[in-house]
Amino acid sequence: MTVFLTRKCEFSASHHYHNPAFTAEENRRVFGKCNNPNGHGHNYTLEVTVKGEVDATTGFVVDLKELKEIMNREVVDAMDHRYLNHEVPEFQSQIPTTENIAIAIWKRLEGKLHVAKLHRVRLYEMHNLWVDFYGEA
Amino acid sequence: MKAHLTRRYWFAASHRLHSEKLTEEENRAVYGKCNNPFGHGHNYALEVTVSGQVAEATGMICNLTDIDRVVEDEVLERFDHQNLNCIPEFREIVPTTENLCITIFNILKRRLDSTHLEKVRLEETSQNSFEVIGE
Repeated sequence: MTVFLTRKCEFSASHHYHNPAFTAEENRRVFGKCNNPNGHGHNYTLEVTVKGEVDATTGFVVDLKELKEIMNREVVDAMDHRYLNHEVPEFQSQIPTTENIAIAIWKRLEGKLHVAKLHRVRLYEMHNLWVDFYGEA
Repeated sequence: MKAHLTRRYWFAASHRLHSEKLTEEENRAVYGKCNNPFGHGHNYALEVTVSGQVAEATGMICNLTDIDRVVEDEVLERFDHQNLNCIPEFREIVPTTENLCITIFNILKRRLDSTHLEKVRLEETSQNSFEVIGE
């Protein structure tokens, strides 16, 4: 029987939205306040959901300690208290919107889990705004 | 790549659950306290989920300000601080949260033409929530 398990963590980071292919005016119009070149920040909450069969010996879908370590290494260590545009490689070439951060986190985690399968990455930018990514093309 | 974006909003409204198709006694039996003729109110929490490809140029599924404007103009403006029973949408249907959720889904579906409406979720209280999922 498949069981879904969700682990949560938090990180704080700053970013700004800017597309160099747009004019300054287009950037302001499309991205509004988020275009401020000095950046602004959020407390992000990340929920990672994995799925799998319950191991008959351990009773686990996944070793939570291992999942926590992977999330800390791949996400928190890389993004917490960072300026995403300048310090996280993915965002040298992509705009660090919540959509793109969720996809980048999926790519960082996918393949690192040995037993369970990654089901969903949910990233809250604020308590009233979040993105879900299921690895869909 | 396809992602889902959810935005949460709040509004406050009153209603009375009462069906013209039922007798007074049946209404009391079916709706209990919610049949109180004077009505009662809730703080509704509304979650609107849209989905689509993340555009390379913007990194976004759609512009959040467009969603906010549609929800503000079409939903919050219409229902916030209103008695739902007095609103045209509920002249002929009972303003249960099921019907309110469907009504909001249909309104948003008509207005969000360039974005795929995936789901509307409506919390009546912290214990009750309802969802309508698009085709």
